[in-house]
Amino acid sequence: MERTDPEIIIVGGGVVGLSVALGLLLAGRRVHVLDGADSDARASQGNFGLVWGQGKGWNFAPYARWTSDALAAWPDFARKLADLSGIDVALDQSGGFEFFTDAAEMDEFAGMLAQQQRHLGNQACYEMLSGDDLRAQIPGLGPNVVGASFSRLDGHVNPLRFLRALRRAVTAAGGRVTMGAQVARITPVAGGGFDLSMASGKLTGADKVILCAGLGAATLASDLGFATRIRPQRGELLITEKLSDRLPFLSSTIRQVDEGGVQIGGTKADAGLDDSETLEVMAGLAHHAVTVFPALADVRVIRAWGALRVMSPDGYPVYARSARHPGAYLVTCHSGVTLASLHASSLADWIEDTSAAPDLEAFDENRFTLSDAA
Amino acid sequence: MKIASRFLTPPEAGTTVQFRYDGETVTAPAGISLAAAILTHSGAFTRQTATGSARTAFCMMGVCFDCLVEVDGIPNTQACMTPVRSGMVVNHQMGLRGLKGGNDA
Repeated sequence: MERTDPEIIIVGGGVVGLSVALGLLLAGRRVHVLDGADSDARASQGNFGLVWGQGKGWNFAPYARWTSDALAAWPDFARKLADLSGIDVALDQSGGFEFFTDAAEMDEFAGMLAQQQRHLGNQACYEMLSGDDLRAQIPGLGPNVVGASFSRLDGHVNPLRFLRALRRAVTAAGGRVTMGAQVARITPVAGGGFDLSMASGKLTGADKVILCAGLGAATLASDLGFATRIRPQRGELLITEKLSDRLPFLSSTIRQVDEGGVQIGGTKADAGLDDSETLEVMAGLAHHAVTVFPALADVRVIRAWGALRVMSPDGYPVYARSARHPGAYLVTCHSGVTLASLHASSLADWIEDTSAAPDLEAFDENRFTLSDAA
Repeated sequence: MKIASRFLTPPEAGTTVQFRYDGETVTAPAGISLAAAILTHSGAFTRQTATGSARTAFCMMGVCFDCLVEVDGIPNTQACMTPVRSGMVVNHQMGLRGLKGGNDA
């Protein structure tokens, strides 16, 4: 049997898997990342590039704090990525808006932000702005915007360059990444460690296995005794032609990439594994963009696509150690870009169980089994 | 189906249209694409990319986007997908378009 002998195998080479790999490599571990097929549901290739905190964890304090820590860790993470990969991911954390055209929706979101602030204390900083205040501040904002929330901590990165930078950084830090390596089965070995059989028939093994395969982790996770059931949630987005002007704002639904193109997105739909785009949703996105910023009306849309978010039952991240098979971990989340700064640093302490390990008990999957029992 | 039926009927030989390209009056056969009309007039570049490379029409079938020009004030128009019309005002496309139309030039 062929043994390549990494200490840790990471199943999944998207944003989450590569970030976790980078953290472990920087902690001195030998890491091998197994990435699946091109045709797999790849959330990392459809993402929006937001580094975003507004509203997150309003109903779950540990997630509010974890997100807040992730935002604070991003500048250092972006520098580390640039040093290792030679790629600037264009991190811009100069603040972001959430625009509203419906006053009731805005009130509801203000309530969520107030609750988030109670969890975060003075680490949170948001303000609610009226439509008229916004129009005085942002030339060209549409007359039907009733208001917005603003957080100066929110920002974005270039999503395509970010994925490439991560992959290069992992390689530069001494990690191995194998593409087209679909894992068919993971077998715990008596006395510790795991054997992995690949779809190609090849075998490999490691002391620890970390499942970071997003929607592709379902079968492997249940084989290893994990209870988390991951579901896909479809988002659609539009990409416009590149503009020489800079949009005078960043929002969670309308953002301009540093190269000039505008991304418009933020829709949510339960459509199983169907990641196709729909005319009705695309028209709605275009309408929203033009309502917020009417000058976009004559800008061409040149691409549109659907992509599948990775959602746990309650939408919050899962960081779980297998009780039945020590050395097996499940790491899965929706906001893989925002949380990447922690996945590539303190999550390694949690996996290695060092004295610096963050307390991630609240993110264990026992929260699902407990609520099932209740 | 006859092979000829798959193509547009060619306009009557000798029919021409006139349009403006970068301030010059250009005469072209009626019924051809704007890209073909510009190429017939001159092989010089018709647009600059975001990084300043000179380009002109290439694929002639709507795929490569190298034939972008400004037509009647509308930036980033694909000249190969636009039939030439009498009285069109066409300008080369310099770099990225702005938000309110037009371009950097």
